Amino acid sequence: MYIFQQALNGLQLGSIYALIALGYTMVYGILTMINFAHGDLFMVGAFFCFLSAVYLKLPFVPTLLLSILGVACLGVIIERLAYKPLRNAPRVSAIITALGVGLFLENFTLALSPYSKPVPSLLDNTTWTFGSLSISSLQILIIVLSLVLMVVLDFIVQRTKTGIAMRAISWDRTIVPLMGVPVNRVISLTFAIGAGLGGAAGVMYGQAYPVIDPYMGILVGWKAFISAVVGGIGNIRGAMIGGFILGAVEIMVAAFFPSTYRDFVAFTLLLILLIVRPCGILGKPHPQKM
Amino acid sequence: MPKMTSTYTALLSRWHTLSGNPFFWPVLMAAGLLFCIAASAFEILDLYLQLILIYVGINIILTVSLNLINGYMGEFSVGHAGFMAVGAYVASLITIHVIPSGAATWLFPLAILAGGLGAAIVGLLLAIPSFKTRGDYLAIVTLAFCMIVKSVLENIEAIGGPRGLLGMEKLTTLPWVFFWTALTVWVIRNLVFSNFGRGVLSIREDEIIGDLMGVNTRQVKIIAFVVSSFFAGIAGGLYAHALQFINPRMFDIIKSTDILIMVYLGGIASISGSIIGAVIFTILLEVLRPLGVWRMVLMPLMLVLLMLYRPRGIMGLMEAHPFKPLRDLVTEKRWRRKKKETGHVSL
Repeated sequence: MYIFQQALNGLQLGSIYALIALGYTMVYGILTMINFAHGDLFMVGAFFCFLSAVYLKLPFVPTLLLSILGVACLGVIIERLAYKPLRNAPRVSAIITALGVGLFLENFTLALSPYSKPVPSLLDNTTWTFGSLSISSLQILIIVLSLVLMVVLDFIVQRTKTGIAMRAISWDRTIVPLMGVPVNRVISLTFAIGAGLGGAAGVMYGQAYPVIDPYMGILVGWKAFISAVVGGIGNIRGAMIGGFILGAVEIMVAAFFPSTYRDFVAFTLLLILLIVRPCGILGKPHPQKM
Repeated sequence: MPKMTSTYTALLSRWHTLSGNPFFWPVLMAAGLLFCIAASAFEILDLYLQLILIYVGINIILTVSLNLINGYMGEFSVGHAGFMAVGAYVASLITIHVIPSGAATWLFPLAILAGGLGAAIVGLLLAIPSFKTRGDYLAIVTLAFCMIVKSVLENIEAIGGPRGLLGMEKLTTLPWVFFWTALTVWVIRNLVFSNFGRGVLSIREDEIIGDLMGVNTRQVKIIAFVVSSFFAGIAGGLYAHALQFINPRMFDIIKSTDILIMVYLGGIASISGSIIGAVIFTILLEVLRPLGVWRMVLMPLMLVLLMLYRPRGIMGLMEAHPFKPLRDLVTEKRWRRKKKETGHVSL
């Protein structure tokens, strides 16, 4: 029973990681750029949740929508102001800019709200008990909601015209504009979707682990990034799988060992996986052209 | 405008004559060392200014050594703080437990050296598997390494666990920092302009072609990585004995980010750039201290603006005159003369 309980917790944490990892992997897929500011967009999402719950006193669904929308706008603004001018610069400059944007978001939030904030619960949380297994409605909601978001995303990327354009741009960015694909619009949309998913993850995180602070995006963001890599960066389904794997591993380690070993075991597993499969679980090695 | 340009050219050529003088480096080094000894012995500078200078030196060591990997070799390593942590802990444990306190002042360099060697061994262990992966995946491996080091240090109770390590004497003095900084810059600058350095550059430009030209790229990568982590360990040892207190959280990913910022601020593949970047970053952080938390908002904003308007950093891919090797200077001179005589240069 204990193991099922922990599996459920792992699923909850994993779905949050997976949602954030999607943002990393989408941006990477389309621009081959690691958007290090993404973890901080997740943090901003959690703070939007806090603001709308405390000051606007909105219920859960409007709060969620507000956070998604707010963070998506922020993502597009960042892309337009900071990343777009660097699209033809060396890749490293874009990465460093992303690090700078991330630090800016963290410290700006820190300057505005120097203390950790408790997020009020927006839902009546009922807990069902089956024997020693207890399931809360919040857990179900988080898992189901993130699965729904992932299915929607997968549909968008696989079936719609925009999704085809996204995949085409990640395939070859020099040819695709010649075919009449509005590259800038598609890239902005990618940032909007990725950031929006990060915002949704921020709200869920704020509800599940209800103390937020400006630096929470760093560790969670890096872990989500690692999930994206485990799944094979640039691969959307891989990011989902990677998120669930990392969540499960972390919870299971914390369940059976002292919890201080959690990061150690999780990252060692990651190292071993990368040595065995250098391109992640679903990633394909890029052939190097001469 | 033309007048300004001519003043600039005149100054530049005077600077070139000055730095081309064979006594330039010895005199500069001797003056720097004398100043540092005087500053710490007779308190010419107050302790606060001395501490800032110590930080500047440590940051120069970190930045120059990371530039070897991220700038000259063109990889993206984010785990430099991890090596720093290893060096800091090894050196501190040695000065606390091994060296008798009477002899600490004289055996201090050995402790620092041991810290560097410890970091180098860890770097070697990490380099062998990690260079199977490339590019962004190396970033992940080094990132994971940084987190693992922090996590391991937090879990060993014997060295203080998450509370950290106390009880080092304040052994890091300005002359020692100056010595180690000069040594780092000297070693890495000579390494970069040596035959080995050409191999490192060939990995950045095109690894496959480097291989075809007979560079043992695997070996070059591992050596560069080990050298870089060795100096990170040295910086860690100096840092621990300047602060007299270390804990695992000091060496987390945020510290690595700071070092990355200094490298890219100064510009990749440039020793002088790294020095400038480290000096500007460290001093600016202190100068802006009255702004309180807003200084932390301003710094990343300035970094982003710099990247937007000068994506290669201040000195990206350029080198200041005193660091250039003589043969490059001679070639440059010949090239300029030819251009002046014929109006064009055929390559």
